[in-house]
Amino acid sequence: MGAAIRSRERSSSPADRFEDEVRAMTAGDPRLETCIQCGTCGGSCPSAADMDHTPRQLFAMIRAGLRDDVLRSNTPWMCVSCYFCSVRCPQEIHIPDVMYAIKAIAARERVAPVPSAPDFSRTFVANIRTFGRSFEVGLAARYYLRHYPLRLPGLAPMGIGMVTKGRMGFIPHRIKGVTGLRAILAKAAELEAAASPADRVPA
Amino acid sequence: MTSYLFYPGCSLAGSAMAYGRSLEAILGPLGISLEEIDDWNCCGASEYMTLSPLAGHALIGRNLALAERQRNGSDTLVAPCSLCFANLAKTDRYVRQSPVLCDQVNAALAADGLHYTPGAVAVRHLFEVLVDDVGVDEIARHVTRPLHGLRVAPYLGCLVTRPDLDRRRRRHEHPKDFDRLLAALGAEVVDYPLRTACCGGHMTQISPDTGFELIRRLVDAADRLGADLMATVCPMCQMNIDAYQGEMNGHFHAHYRMPILFFTQLMGLAFGAGPDALGIGSEIVSARDALGRIGIEVPPAEEPVPAGAGPARRPKKPQGLPMPRVDDEADR
Repeated sequence: MGAAIRSRERSSSPADRFEDEVRAMTAGDPRLETCIQCGTCGGSCPSAADMDHTPRQLFAMIRAGLRDDVLRSNTPWMCVSCYFCSVRCPQEIHIPDVMYAIKAIAARERVAPVPSAPDFSRTFVANIRTFGRSFEVGLAARYYLRHYPLRLPGLAPMGIGMVTKGRMGFIPHRIKGVTGLRAILAKAAELEAAASPADRVPA
Repeated sequence: MTSYLFYPGCSLAGSAMAYGRSLEAILGPLGISLEEIDDWNCCGASEYMTLSPLAGHALIGRNLALAERQRNGSDTLVAPCSLCFANLAKTDRYVRQSPVLCDQVNAALAADGLHYTPGAVAVRHLFEVLVDDVGVDEIARHVTRPLHGLRVAPYLGCLVTRPDLDRRRRRHEHPKDFDRLLAALGAEVVDYPLRTACCGGHMTQISPDTGFELIRRLVDAADRLGADLMATVCPMCQMNIDAYQGEMNGHFHAHYRMPILFFTQLMGLAFGAGPDALGIGSEIVSARDALGRIGIEVPPAEEPVPAGAGPARRPKKPQGLPMPRVDDEADR
């Protein structure tokens, strides 16, 4: 059934082009085109109250080709990936994966409405590229100083507790194959760029 | 002795070291051995997918490829962290489902001479292995010090039962397996309605107001039900509810003190292990009083109670506080 609907891929209207772009950025088959606008997703979402648009509205906006509004919506950034929506969705749309795809496009074009959020991801990812593992102290220090310096006094007792209880180490662990890992990630980034051609992205 | 491939995840040696220690303490009695994947990398949490979904899958794919190479006898890959588990399971499922993604991931892996055959390993959460393979009855047989009188809120969190892409769990929203496991330890399990609600994941970092509200809901429900502590199967849930409870209290001018322990710590206690061997005492919201009530002595922490968490800073009685509370059951 999905195949018939999807046969209109590569149509030339801007609306279809944006839907295709989102689909190309989503790893796996998001089934986005099967949305029946029932609203079960928004009703199931624990963070819907903080979203600019419910997931249902966002999917209608994607379908309507409102590229700019979708990329500037805070909705994907408020998604907590709890998958309540995806197990309840009657169409089995991979909703959190669509949210990841929109976040990736918005982060790439630097239009994310919650600037601290992509920055947290960038800091986290930079640690992985450097060490192959996550490094909590480095991540927290860099991120909080930059985005939430005023939270630091309130967080100090917790930070001290984490360190004295041996739950935060100051020396990151570097995996042996970190060079190979970087090669894998570089290749993946190259493939991803090829799958979502730059001519779809306004300069 | 049943052997599994093991993906510990970054937090097990760090913020969730209590989970790692308590897991080691219960493996022997249960006849399980875990073989750690050599040179595994971070699963990317939810951050790699946020910036680059394909690279996120390739990152996870490297772990799957290493696990495939290390298979010997067992092809089950066990992850104790719900986020690691969900990531590994999702990539495995999607490369089985989508030949395009499979080719892309393997093209990326080839840059380091690796390859993953879709479905080569079966990814499972530690919790699933314990309740499904070992079984609650077998676990009950090892209990030498039942946790009678300890009221526990079974907080399973999101990712064990959702998205459940392979449809292995029967109930996605109100599963009872965690209740049964805790009951087998002798604990008094409260009927906690938010079993599989979300702790907010990284929201405490990127949108604190959203994160604090999700934490408040979970802690408040456990508190109202008169739970002595919450039990978890996930380092991220533990971190949010334990380490950020103080900041959440500050945000809402509330005074919750709800400890949260890993289920392996409770299993270890019920199996007769000492609190120290289980990493008990490393939590920020201390479980000492809760465990003391059932006769388990936890040695006091070296330093005094951190500022803001001690009884001296809780001057007012509940009435008149901004947060509604139901206290009539709390002092039973």
